[in-house]
Amino acid sequence: MAHVDQLVGSYRAWASNGVSGAPDWLKDLREGGIARFHHLGFPNMKQEAWRFTSVAPIAEGSFELAKEPARIPTLDEIRPFLLLEAGYRLVFVDGFFQRSLSTPFFDDVQSLAHVVSHRQDLVRQHLGKYVATQDRPFSALNTAFVSDGAFVHVPAKTNIPEPIQLLFLASGTKPVVAHPRNLVVIEREARASIVETYAALGDHSYWTNAVTEIVVGDGARADHYRVQRESDRAYHVATSQSHQGRDSTLNLHFVAFGGALARHDIGAVMAGPGGTLILNGLYLLAGAQHADHHTTIDHAADHCASHEYFNGVLDDKARGVFTGRIIVRPGAQKTDSKQTNNNLLLSGHAHADSQPQLEIYADDVKCTHGSTVGPLDPRALFYLRSRGVGEDDARRLLTYGFAAEILGRMEIAPLRAQLDAIVRGRLAE
Amino acid sequence: MAKGKVLLEVKGLRAAVAGNEILKGVDLTIRDGEVHAIMGPNGSGKSTLAQVLAGHPAYEVRGGSVQYAGKDLFELDPEERARDGVFLAFQYPVEIRGITNSYFLRSALNAIRKSKGEAELDPLDFLQVLESKLKAIGWDDAMMNRPVNEGFSGGEKKRNEILQLAVLEPRFAILDETDSGLDIDALKTVAQAVNQLRAPERAFLIVTHYQRLLNYITPDVVHVLADGRIVKSGGPELAHELEAKGYDWLRDAAMVS
Ligand SMILES: Nc1ncnc2c1ncn2[C@@H]1O[C@H](COP(=O)(O)OP(=O)(O)O)[C@@H](O)[C@H]1O
Ligand SMILES: [Mg+2]
Repeated sequence: MAHVDQLVGSYRAWASNGVSGAPDWLKDLREGGIARFHHLGFPNMKQEAWRFTSVAPIAEGSFELAKEPARIPTLDEIRPFLLLEAGYRLVFVDGFFQRSLSTPFFDDVQSLAHVVSHRQDLVRQHLGKYVATQDRPFSALNTAFVSDGAFVHVPAKTNIPEPIQLLFLASGTKPVVAHPRNLVVIEREARASIVETYAALGDHSYWTNAVTEIVVGDGARADHYRVQRESDRAYHVATSQSHQGRDSTLNLHFVAFGGALARHDIGAVMAGPGGTLILNGLYLLAGAQHADHHTTIDHAADHCASHEYFNGVLDDKARGVFTGRIIVRPGAQKTDSKQTNNNLLLSGHAHADSQPQLEIYADDVKCTHGSTVGPLDPRALFYLRSRGVGEDDARRLLTYGFAAEILGRMEIAPLRAQLDAIVRGRLAE
Repeated sequence: MAKGKVLLEVKGLRAAVAGNEILKGVDLTIRDGEVHAIMGPNGSGKSTLAQVLAGHPAYEVRGGSVQYAGKDLFELDPEERARDGVFLAFQYPVEIRGITNSYFLRSALNAIRKSKGEAELDPLDFLQVLESKLKAIGWDDAMMNRPVNEGFSGGEKKRNEILQLAVLEPRFAILDETDSGLDIDALKTVAQAVNQLRAPERAFLIVTHYQRLLNYITPDVVHVLADGRIVKSGGPELAHELEAKGYDWLRDAAMVS
């Protein structure tokens, strides 16, 4: 409890200080956020949504709100995290926008802090309108501290061919907390790809509490990639919430490699008929890492298709949690929803929890789900060996296949190559 | 025709799976360049023999010996057998998620090449090797970019086994019911591919339940396996006899012997 009060105290100090220039509606949003968080406190394992994940290390830790980046990296230092030098890019360090490392585009690919005043109507129309805070202490807390993050706006019928890169770096030298808040608005019939990456420069313990809202307009297509490669001592809590219009396509890709403890709430609302959604995710964990993915796909309209694929590869004492909730609202007829979660246990001490939760309130729908937890398939192992591949190589190949199945759905070649190299590096260890 | 050297010599082989003895003393000699067929009723142990020869760890060898190319086969791991030229076309080919057919086959070929001290092939070199082999089974590249056997039809899986056989060029190929579940066109394609691969330095053991495949591949010797033993051997005409009479008369023969 002490820590909740501490956080609320730090909010009061912060709110009465440098950010007092904010417009009233934003101040109200923040006040609503902190009141919610104060009321809810940190989640505990008695709550259904947190059954398998204890946030004690965060609740009992002491993370200070950073006042400025602990240090600012050079372009050379951040290059390993970039996919290409060209294209639009926003870089943040410890939550603060770094103009010198970024290539923004007017008020369309810009820091949120900037557009809050420059595009007030647009931001006000969308910010906080999709993510739930009612029963979500972490997104409520993020909302309390809303100040900076990435803002991407793609005007109607505009196609941006190069991926837009959003890079969130932790300097990783002090136990700080950052609350990046991102807003992506893809207007009607527009098209864009976005790559959101979380990484660390140092290996100190820190806490990231991020929220990203993604709005996809009627007939638009968005490809949103999210790569979590925080340091092994980091705590990463995040919410990604999307909202799709009629006949839109959203491909969401998630990769989680890092963090001592990571919890990611993924929510997708299919609000207009004829929408298509792909949720494609991979968690690759080792040591004592713990990652919890809590996904909710809300079929609120008819004739929508959602395909969800999550694979987990768990070594050593790692633990992966996956919850796949699918809601089909009354009237969401002709819903086509498929969900699979496959977990590979590479050690006798690794553990996976997989729980589908289907809530179907319409009768003319097709919903399937399947999940597996287990070691490498001995039949596949023998098949490879019978072809001349040695046992160790066969194991590596099969494990790689588990990850490659997910990476193979990603369309940005340099990103696929970057992630492929990380996976291969991990398997070679 | 001059007889080749003995490639495989199985003597008194007894093997069990899940605690049940399935092979109860199998004797079999195969020479270089020969094609042998093994026929027999379902459950007689044909696949067990194939899996034991390939080295499946679930099968327990309880007695007897197998000499292969002058070596004790049971001293070799499955991968070592493969590198020495043993190949098994599986009755039930396995799906491998996330690994493309092409990557799988190149990994296998390179593992074998490496063991022989030959240079590994990069993707481009491999593609050249592959091109002609694909034609033989009537496939294009598209099948190569799909995950191994995933979503393949029964016939596609069997063709895929033959493609692997063609690319890996083994010295001793075991085909376990490669003909089952194939329509007549696919059967002909498979038979044609096998006939093309027949060579003085390559032997085949073709396991089948029906005589159908043997209309297209003429074996040198036909064996009948019943209740874990080879109860009869003969020329190609034996396959026809079995087709006409069924297996029951042999099962009875096995009982009394
Ligand atoms: N992995 C296994 N576990 C348990 N029993 C098996 C296994 N494989 C084969 N068997 C049993 O061994 C016997 C012979 O099977 P198999 O060799 O597959 O026969 P065939 O190929 O001639 O039809 C059957 O009774 C079968 O049920
Ligand atoms: Mg069989």
